[in-house]
Amino acid sequence: MYLYDEIDQKLVDERVVQFRDQTKRFLAGKLSEDEFRALRLRNGLYIQRYAPMLRIAIPYGLLSTKQLRKLAHITRRYDRGYGHFSTRQNLQLNWPKLERAPDILAELATVQMHAIQTSGNSFRNITTDHFAGVAPDEIVDSFVWCEVIRQWSTFNPEFSYLPRKFKFAMNGSTADRAAVAVHDIGLHAVRDANGEVGFKVLVGGGLGRTPMIGFVIREFLPWQHLLTYSEAILRVYNRYGRRDNIHKARIKILVKERGPEKFREEVDAEWAHLKDGPSTLIPEEIARIESRFTRPDYLHLPATDSGLDAALVADRAFANWHKRNVHPHKKAGYAAVTLSLKQTGVPPGDVTAEQMEKIADLADRYSFGELRVSHEQNLIFSDVQLSDLHSLWQEVRALGFATPNIGLLTNIICCPGGDFCSLANAKSIPVAEAIQQRFDDLDYLHDIGEIDVNISGCMNACGHHHVGHIGILGVDKNGEEWYQIEVGGNQGEVRPGVGASLGKVIGPSFARAEIPDVLEKLIECYLARRDSDAERFIDVVHRVGAEPFKESVYGNADQRAAHRRGQLASA
Amino acid sequence: MATLIKERRIVADSWRLLERGPKGELPEVPARGDVVVPLALWLERRGDFLAYPGKLGVWLDANEAPEALAGEVERFPLIAVNFPKFGDGRGYSIARLLRERYAYKGELRAIGDVLHDHLHFMKQCGFDAFLLRGDQDPQEALSALDTFSEGYQTSVLRPIPLFRRRLSAGKP
Repeated sequence: MYLYDEIDQKLVDERVVQFRDQTKRFLAGKLSEDEFRALRLRNGLYIQRYAPMLRIAIPYGLLSTKQLRKLAHITRRYDRGYGHFSTRQNLQLNWPKLERAPDILAELATVQMHAIQTSGNSFRNITTDHFAGVAPDEIVDSFVWCEVIRQWSTFNPEFSYLPRKFKFAMNGSTADRAAVAVHDIGLHAVRDANGEVGFKVLVGGGLGRTPMIGFVIREFLPWQHLLTYSEAILRVYNRYGRRDNIHKARIKILVKERGPEKFREEVDAEWAHLKDGPSTLIPEEIARIESRFTRPDYLHLPATDSGLDAALVADRAFANWHKRNVHPHKKAGYAAVTLSLKQTGVPPGDVTAEQMEKIADLADRYSFGELRVSHEQNLIFSDVQLSDLHSLWQEVRALGFATPNIGLLTNIICCPGGDFCSLANAKSIPVAEAIQQRFDDLDYLHDIGEIDVNISGCMNACGHHHVGHIGILGVDKNGEEWYQIEVGGNQGEVRPGVGASLGKVIGPSFARAEIPDVLEKLIECYLARRDSDAERFIDVVHRVGAEPFKESVYGNADQRAAHRRGQLASA
Repeated sequence: MATLIKERRIVADSWRLLERGPKGELPEVPARGDVVVPLALWLERRGDFLAYPGKLGVWLDANEAPEALAGEVERFPLIAVNFPKFGDGRGYSIARLLRERYAYKGELRAIGDVLHDHLHFMKQCGFDAFLLRGDQDPQEALSALDTFSEGYQTSVLRPIPLFRRRLSAGKP
């Protein structure tokens, strides 16, 4: 856990004072709706369908139990006793009152938390691998670098009013678990031949209505230049990014309109002025930030645990959970554990205040008082002893967070959708639930293997549907809710072989009730074509193309033409 | 009535801002007085100003490039940067470039949609004068100049980033 120093704390406290004053002036009629909107958004406060929505920052997804208990308290005191963990590793409250928002921020500040820049045309919370610092394939501890970026991007005066929101992602391991290719800037840590740390820099990726895979603007940026180079990119974007059309204002459009090579030249020309300037990072600063992170006090343990091995043989349900929800750890005798927030019947990512407190108790007892929020909307205990896994599983199961579905079809990423969000074209939570109900046979789920199913209620793509192996998008047709299906998306090179890719729509959209059937057909198509169970759904799509999947849903080309003629005739 | 804040005080404005016409046409230059002219007017007709009796300032719109003034910024006792809308952040980069890259030392004035809640960041980027939009309370706005007591990044007012200042102060 990064611990604030005096200055970190002071800035957050001063933000509370500022926002209290802004809210007061708005309520007194001294600030227009439009002006206050820009100010409240950068404190995470939206006016939503039924009430304001407050998005609380969880920087790079890392949370202490003290903070989680405070969040539980806040949801109870200022909201309806639950919160929603989002795909940006943040926590959203759906029912706070505008007048109380400054009080909520003040409470957050007491546990080194805030809602700074969680919305609006500003730098957003940087996201990273939820196994940062514990992954066996670690290159660097990405939390340290995330904190470097967090500080640089917090209240950065020059970039306080960007053309549009701006999202960094940082990956510190070999496998890409941070989806760096679909962010405005993606940073992938690498080491050169001498072991020096640097970053592969991708720019211009993103989802939303114009999904794009980021292009590699630099293969190896030595770490010292991280901030000056970012500043060069941001200055080019701030000056030349489009401001005439909100849908064309992200950096990806600038990159596309300029062309990647031209864009790179402009950035390099700007960087020539900034390179080696005062913002050049120094080892002392990296060491200082590293030293402000608390570290688990690990025991020296053997790499295996006989009690665990016995329980895995004796208890099949435990073994199933272990297979999916327990992850390798770089420290012998420890494992990382995912608490699934994807229990059928509960909106993905939703947690009640009571559950938060119980989770905090468990994290204190089993995982050094810390936890992480993953961009897949689950919670991670990063440091659990192997000998504790069986008892932890029993306790987690009692809370309903032991669904053994991590990486499987029912581990659906899903935005709040039309049930809560005023932007949504369609509901998304009931779709997730219907799929989870249809695929309720655990053996079948395990047989299908790893697959990402992502659902967004509108083209803003908060549910990351473009990078779901199967993506589902809610669309509005004459006031009715319909759903488009995409296949072939991939968030990044989580496993070697298939890099980040965007899904393609396979055909006309469906009514909500049809979606489980469509998924079943797609899955059957996959199962019939895979070489072995090591070949994932996404691997098959990349190998054989989307056509067989299309046919499995709509029939072959002749059948599709006949179907269309039939539709026309009946219209 | 727009109020001018300069050097932390509410002051009278002695300058006349020459705006473009409704179709973007360049304004006529009066016979005398201290005037702030559009960048394009200066670039097109700089020869006309050789014998101008008053002081001459220039203003840039958000889409205009400070590069156009490279090498001659010190000619102007005042450069103004327009914020067409408070959410348009291009002026922040323009200000930094004028101060940091072109070493401009004169008055740098924010004009246009200049509001209370943006003064702090404008100040950090090198503005030292703010022509507040007419409806703003100037007394309240003065207090906004110091919203934050520190900043992590480099800025015109803090050319050395916090992490280097911490180090030289010997703090852990």
